Amino acid sequence: MTGPVSPDISQPELFDLLAGIGRERAGPGGTPPPEPLYDRHGVLVVRVGDVVVKAHQADRGEDPDLGRRVALAGDLPELFAAPLGPPLRVTGGFGERTVTVTAFGEPVHPDDLPWRAAARLLADLHRRPVPPDAPGWGRPARVARLVERLPDGPAAGEVRRAFATLPAWIREGSPDPDPAGEHLIHGDWHLGQMVRLPDGSWRFIDVEDLGRGDPVWDLARPAALHSAGVLRPADWTAFLTSYRAAGGPAVPLLGDPWARLDIPARTLAIQIAATCVISARGTDRPLDEAETALVDACTRISRMVA
Amino acid sequence: MHCPKCRGVMRTYTRSGVHIEQCDNCRGIFLDYGELEALSRLEAQGPGWAAAPPPAAGTPPVQVHHHHGAPVHHHRPYHGGGVFHMLFST
Repeated sequence: MTGPVSPDISQPELFDLLAGIGRERAGPGGTPPPEPLYDRHGVLVVRVGDVVVKAHQADRGEDPDLGRRVALAGDLPELFAAPLGPPLRVTGGFGERTVTVTAFGEPVHPDDLPWRAAARLLADLHRRPVPPDAPGWGRPARVARLVERLPDGPAAGEVRRAFATLPAWIREGSPDPDPAGEHLIHGDWHLGQMVRLPDGSWRFIDVEDLGRGDPVWDLARPAALHSAGVLRPADWTAFLTSYRAAGGPAVPLLGDPWARLDIPARTLAIQIAATCVISARGTDRPLDEAETALVDACTRISRMVA
Repeated sequence: MHCPKCRGVMRTYTRSGVHIEQCDNCRGIFLDYGELEALSRLEAQGPGWAAAPPPAAGTPPVQVHHHHGAPVHHHRPYHGGGVFHMLFST
């Protein structure tokens, strides 16, 4: 018998299946009712007691390297709250999906952002030796996909013009023709990718983009939000200073870091702006203050390059 | 010039207009007065397309340490709205 299904779950059959997997894996001491943690963009995450069961996005689930990424994270337990075993394949009325099970960790609280701890964890990851069989992280492919989906309108036009300033390999979704250095990188780092263990230490979650790549891309999102004026200046300084102090290789130890950060920050500013414009149009609402700041950053990007 | 820590030879580099002495042996770095502040300003700036810093943050001298009770310019909360998604989702 399955537990009661929350009425706002988009895929009840998948939810029940994940809850069942979670009940099997949850530790002793009874299993509390399954709790949906995330249900967007075709990803469903369900917590059952001390484990979290994730159904990956249907189109991401076929990554032939996912097993190796999971194993790679499993070899770095001091950096990753890695899946507890190899990925599973499940089938049902929802089609075929990849599922991973991970120990539950406390997510970041919006009032207490661990910029310094995050920067140290990233620097630590970037300094690890790259195993010979580490898969590539892929490439900054999301930006082109999102710009493709932009609706019409003035804000979308600003984002498109900024996108045109990016190097061809990013616009075309090709591999970096001249990578500045190859390290282990998270590949999709943001504050939602951090959890805190009961002992207070932080770990990365989400290994789908983990692999060999240019570490500067792991700093791209905060660099973009700082450049758009959305982050508090002290937060950016704390993040960058901690990364450098921990020996992170993505930017030079001293001096201007923006020669390295400019293109990744620009790419993420455009990607985030595109996400905002699509989301606002989808729900027929105006852009809020932060979203407008990202579109304004796109305007400055195309003005600067023109 | 010799390193005050290990007596190694210090070499002078210029990064973004700032002179830095680095020890060839222990990699230690010596900065002249004001140079650390100059470097901090550079990293806080941003690329050519960066937003101008908020006026309240631009005028007072850079505070290295923040203590409880120190008056700080308004802190917009990060939760809620677009900024939350920007920080917390792909």
